Amino acid sequence: MKYVNEFREPEKAAALSNQITQLCNQLKKPLKLMEVCGGHTHSIFKYGIEDILPSNLELIHGPGCPVCVMPKGRLDDAIAISQNHNVILATFGDTMRVPGSTTNLLQAKATGADIRMVYSPLDSLQIARDNPDKEIVFFALGFETTAPSTALTILQAAAENITNFSMFSNHVLVIPALQALLDNPDLQLDGFIGPGHVSMVIGTESYQFISQKYHKPIVISGFEPLDILQSIWMILQQLVENRCQVENQYNRLVEPAGNLIALQAMNQVFAVRENFDWRGLGEIPESGLKIRDEYGQFDAENKFIIPNLKVADHKACKCGEILKGVLKPWECKVFGTACTPETPIGSCMVSSEGACAAYYKYGRLSAISKKAQQLATSKST
Amino acid sequence: MCLGIPGQIIEISDINHKLAIVNIAGVKRQINIACIVNEQHPPEKCIGDWVLVHVGFAMNRINEQEAAETLKLLEELATAQAQITN
Repeated sequence: MKYVNEFREPEKAAALSNQITQLCNQLKKPLKLMEVCGGHTHSIFKYGIEDILPSNLELIHGPGCPVCVMPKGRLDDAIAISQNHNVILATFGDTMRVPGSTTNLLQAKATGADIRMVYSPLDSLQIARDNPDKEIVFFALGFETTAPSTALTILQAAAENITNFSMFSNHVLVIPALQALLDNPDLQLDGFIGPGHVSMVIGTESYQFISQKYHKPIVISGFEPLDILQSIWMILQQLVENRCQVENQYNRLVEPAGNLIALQAMNQVFAVRENFDWRGLGEIPESGLKIRDEYGQFDAENKFIIPNLKVADHKACKCGEILKGVLKPWECKVFGTACTPETPIGSCMVSSEGACAAYYKYGRLSAISKKAQQLATSKST
Repeated sequence: MCLGIPGQIIEISDINHKLAIVNIAGVKRQINIACIVNEQHPPEKCIGDWVLVHVGFAMNRINEQEAAETLKLLEELATAQAQITN
């Protein structure tokens, strides 16, 4: 497959792995890099990238998985909307098993709610065209990669004057989340693997504060194994040369200014919320998107009464600490026992981009126990 | 969630709604191309373009020259590493 297979060649991966080891040897200290995006987390596990990295280089799996950071209360709100007579709730498949406070969308569907999985928000608009006597609500979530597509869907609904369609927006923004992480004293990082597809929309300039204010290197990365390895190599080069800059490894898709058409659609339809609640990170100012008043007729929050309650996470679940990289999945008591992808207690076990699900599916027990030992040794010294 | 797959536009299926057919590893699907068209690059010029497809939308065009340069750099790294090892 073009633009995929070329970036998966094992010989080149081996060469990069050797180069990375040499740079780590030069740096002579334990290093922590965070991959912000859940897509990177998934690739890192799927291709066993951690297995070919030196032992003093640790990857911290960040909060860039929209499913993982969705608070239970918002899920409860979506379920409440689906209970309304005459409503069809359309959603991406990722959300179906995210635990709300008592149930999830899959169980709500099993008990009679009309909940449909769609591939694209445009498919939910088609459901609205096909069912004029029903009220269709699209449960929208995702970072800046996804927000332009939902914005364009609302613009299409407005152009066609489709009145039985609305959206429950849970879109979130990457930059405020990074800011919150960098302000967290618990988290000591040496650099960031930057999100590739978000940057394809927002560009690379928005990350300058990471290098200028916090003096950390960040490299925007593609998702294939060679992309990720090359990005790690680029971050280490910066550390060796005592530089901290925003660099772009993914320049086949990411331009400095981003995608202006996508940004314009996003800004036309969405406004920034004053505050938005993130699972594990709490309230982050100006980190979520709501539908602008001009398009208020397409805002499900105006059309339906929703509980809008804050619900605390399960006491045993350590998703919050895992999302911040403070704890590892296997340090959570319920990991792999009470909490599995089939019966998730926390949302990091739901999505294949969540750190817990990735460890559960691809993590090698021997590697995990070795890492746990290393971690225990480093904590005791 | 931010997954994207490279695909090639093979046909413009609805010019008014900016819809095109994309071929992703042999699978053909209709996608929206509003994010990649403007006056300089109208829909009819998109046939043959490689794009990144995300949730039914072409989010950006893949820059073939940049991709080639990245691969060239990776090739040079691998060659340099082979020389060190031997």
